Amino acid sequence: MNADDTLLQGVQPAAPVPPKPDERTLATFEIDLDDRLDFRPGQLTLTERRIVAGDRAWDLSAGLNLNHHDHAGLGMLELTDATGRLALWRYTMARNPAALRFEREFNRRRDSIVSGLPPPPAVAAVCPICQAPLPADEEECPNCARELHTPPSTWTLLRLWRFAVPYKNMLLAGFLLTLAATAATLVPPYLTMPLMDDVLIPYQNGKPIDWTKVSWLLGGLLGAAALAWGLGWARTYILALVSERIGADLRTTTYEHLLKLSLEYFGGKRTGDLLARIGSETDRINVFLSLHLLDFATDVLMIAMTAAILFSINPWLALVTLLPLPIIGWMIHFVREKLRTGFEQIDRVWAEVTSVLADTIPGIRVVKAFAQEAREAHRFRDANRHNLEVNDRLNRVWSLFAPTVGLLTEIGVLVVWIFGIWLVAKDSITVGVLTAFLAYISRFYTRLDSMSRMVSATQKAAAGAKRIFDILDHVSSVPDPAHPAVLPPVRGGIQIENVHFRYGNRAILRGIDLDIRPGEMIGLVGHSGSGKSTLVNLICRFYDVTEGGIKVEGLDLRSVAVADYRKHIGLVLQEPFLFFGTIAENIAYGKPDATRAEIVAAARAAHAHEFILRQPFGYDSLVGERGQALSGGERQRISIARALLIDPRILILDEATSAVDTETEFEIQSALNNLIRGRTTIAIAHRLSTLRRADRLIVMDRGKIVEIGNHDELMVREGHYWRLYMAQSKQLDEPPPLGEAVPAEAAAVRHPAEEAKL
Amino acid sequence: MSRSAGPAPFTLSRDPFGRLVFVGRDGIAHAGVVPVRAFALTAPDEGISILSAESKELLWADRLADLPEPARTLLGEEFAQREFMPVIRRIVAVSSFATPSTWQVETDRGPAALILKSEDDIRRLKGPGALLIADSNGIHFLVRDRRELDAQSQKILKRFL
Repeated sequence: MNADDTLLQGVQPAAPVPPKPDERTLATFEIDLDDRLDFRPGQLTLTERRIVAGDRAWDLSAGLNLNHHDHAGLGMLELTDATGRLALWRYTMARNPAALRFEREFNRRRDSIVSGLPPPPAVAAVCPICQAPLPADEEECPNCARELHTPPSTWTLLRLWRFAVPYKNMLLAGFLLTLAATAATLVPPYLTMPLMDDVLIPYQNGKPIDWTKVSWLLGGLLGAAALAWGLGWARTYILALVSERIGADLRTTTYEHLLKLSLEYFGGKRTGDLLARIGSETDRINVFLSLHLLDFATDVLMIAMTAAILFSINPWLALVTLLPLPIIGWMIHFVREKLRTGFEQIDRVWAEVTSVLADTIPGIRVVKAFAQEAREAHRFRDANRHNLEVNDRLNRVWSLFAPTVGLLTEIGVLVVWIFGIWLVAKDSITVGVLTAFLAYISRFYTRLDSMSRMVSATQKAAAGAKRIFDILDHVSSVPDPAHPAVLPPVRGGIQIENVHFRYGNRAILRGIDLDIRPGEMIGLVGHSGSGKSTLVNLICRFYDVTEGGIKVEGLDLRSVAVADYRKHIGLVLQEPFLFFGTIAENIAYGKPDATRAEIVAAARAAHAHEFILRQPFGYDSLVGERGQALSGGERQRISIARALLIDPRILILDEATSAVDTETEFEIQSALNNLIRGRTTIAIAHRLSTLRRADRLIVMDRGKIVEIGNHDELMVREGHYWRLYMAQSKQLDEPPPLGEAVPAEAAAVRHPAEEAKL
Repeated sequence: MSRSAGPAPFTLSRDPFGRLVFVGRDGIAHAGVVPVRAFALTAPDEGISILSAESKELLWADRLADLPEPARTLLGEEFAQREFMPVIRRIVAVSSFATPSTWQVETDRGPAALILKSEDDIRRLKGPGALLIADSNGIHFLVRDRRELDAQSQKILKRFL
């Protein structure tokens, strides 16, 4: 803090006290910006009695407050007392977790000084991204931080070993077969040596051909080829088998793990991304294992074995033959790297082309309604033209690549020819040896190209492996307890005790206390964003509370197994989700072994029976993604039947009727009345009229309960509820007996004279 | 909640127009009632419902066999007239292996042609090897057990599954 700052604040701080050596430091906060927003480190220190910044310090006292705000990546920590702002520090959001921790420590210490009591034990901090508890003294969740900041490393691929362990023996067999198969392919060039030296050249010099020897040698060639074929087949088959199994294990393990993660995780991820991770990333790793890795291993073995053979025949010629190899290898790799950036660019352009499609096709009604077909066609043509340009550019280099590899190979062969002829002329090697050398090298120069592909294939596979392990390493933020308590028969009472919930650094619920009696119907009312849905999500234990606790039958939710508890909850959402399958299967989703009679009974109670019978195959008709088109109200009634069938003690209706028209709402409402009977019900509804039957209405505002009571009591009180109700009934026709709301559009077209009657 | 008790007394008859007339316990006659099977595919003889012309349920029977005799025969007749689900015995030829594809099939009701709009219209039923193939016109063709078709039909079918 400098003089400018003081001017800026306009407030003179309390007399600076030099830090005392006996004062214990409780927390520090490294600031990374100064007050002119230049990057300059600074430090805030919280001691047992004071908060110290540079040469200034403030004594902790009752009026002293530390508040934080953030806006557009810039965090702000301000110190205020009753008179005004004392100081202001700014930092980048990278420091935000530390700032929050500092603030928390500050509040604990100040409260303890004010009350004279020892500070309460520190609340376990949670990761702002995944809400998992943070390890002590860490500001970032190790999982999320790794996911965000760590570039994929090739070493990640080694972690795949865990999935390879069950197939150890097959892998070993595959490796041995690879060894044998590669060796077998190296036999034929070796046999050309005696064929040349002992048969053909003596013949040219006037000796007759030794046919026995020739047939042996030719037989050897055929035998080696046949052996290489058989071994190659067995090797490829076994290793392909193993890699497919590893891939399948990887996929199922990842999916099973993903299903156990909390809703929080799903909320933060795009569906497409997760689909891609489990689908194509595992496949990419699979291809890498079964093709690239296998080829690479074969190539390395082949080059090593060839080198050994060549050296055993003639070390000098071998040296000359192998010398250009690294250079050519490096050149091929260099060109490939150039190409790789081009291919990546093509991938991106391709993504652009598909994103135009993905944008337009789902939104086709909007496109047509605004008559923008021509514009969308133009957009697509542009994306395609861009694609063409990038491809053309790359193809210029790409078409050069194969001839270049050919040229380099020829040059390598040429070097061998030159040196070989010289050696033959000096009589230090025979013609047969030279032929054998030429036969060997033509084989492995071509392999260099495929080896150079290995680098990018490895990088891609490593990136894929990282993305998969990101999922696998993630621990659920609603973990099952190690020793779950046994849940007694649930009667439906729920005690919510001083519940706080923070999402990221935003406090959503702030001290909710509520005792829900068994069989009671509770209506949750409030503006959107007041925390109604969050409270319901906490009751379902889709998330865990940040502070406080929710108890069922006297047990904290966190102490019972998640699945055990959720069995007792029936959930009806605003958007009913039907799985692909028959209507009967959808109704029986929560209880797959339900009898037909139970299914029919549930459908009857949900007022779904009759419309189901009108479908071509009754309960056996297909619904879901494709199949029979059902209306929104019909789908909703099927989902009500689904909730009814499991006969839950606790029923949660999250805007169950807000997506349908009023007539359907009436049908659904009477279906719901069947559902509610005798169960603890927690209903959220936008249309207040649907909550008239509630025993108690809980009015929430900005994370707090502001009013509790039934409809009539709250109307008399003329508070929050009354205002909400009046705001809604302005849109209503004269309230119909069941209180169905008329959509706002309908109200708008009514004659003004009628309006006046209200 | 379950009404598993036997059906209430009622009479079912056919009027001169060929419509079914239902008279329940209350004595009111409903003409043009529609009997339906609740589980048309998985359990056709369980869960029989009689709907009025306005789609209100008039009667529910857990089993067709529970119903008294004249009604059962009438219902049987009605179902037989309405339920048109040819059973494919043999697939003679298909126009292409890409959809839409026209299939020449032999069914229990004689030779027929069906147009398969997409592979999605072939639905696997619970029974082993049982398939339901929806034609582009909404007619459903049944394959009772595809493993019992002849070799050629199986070969063709396999390309669509």
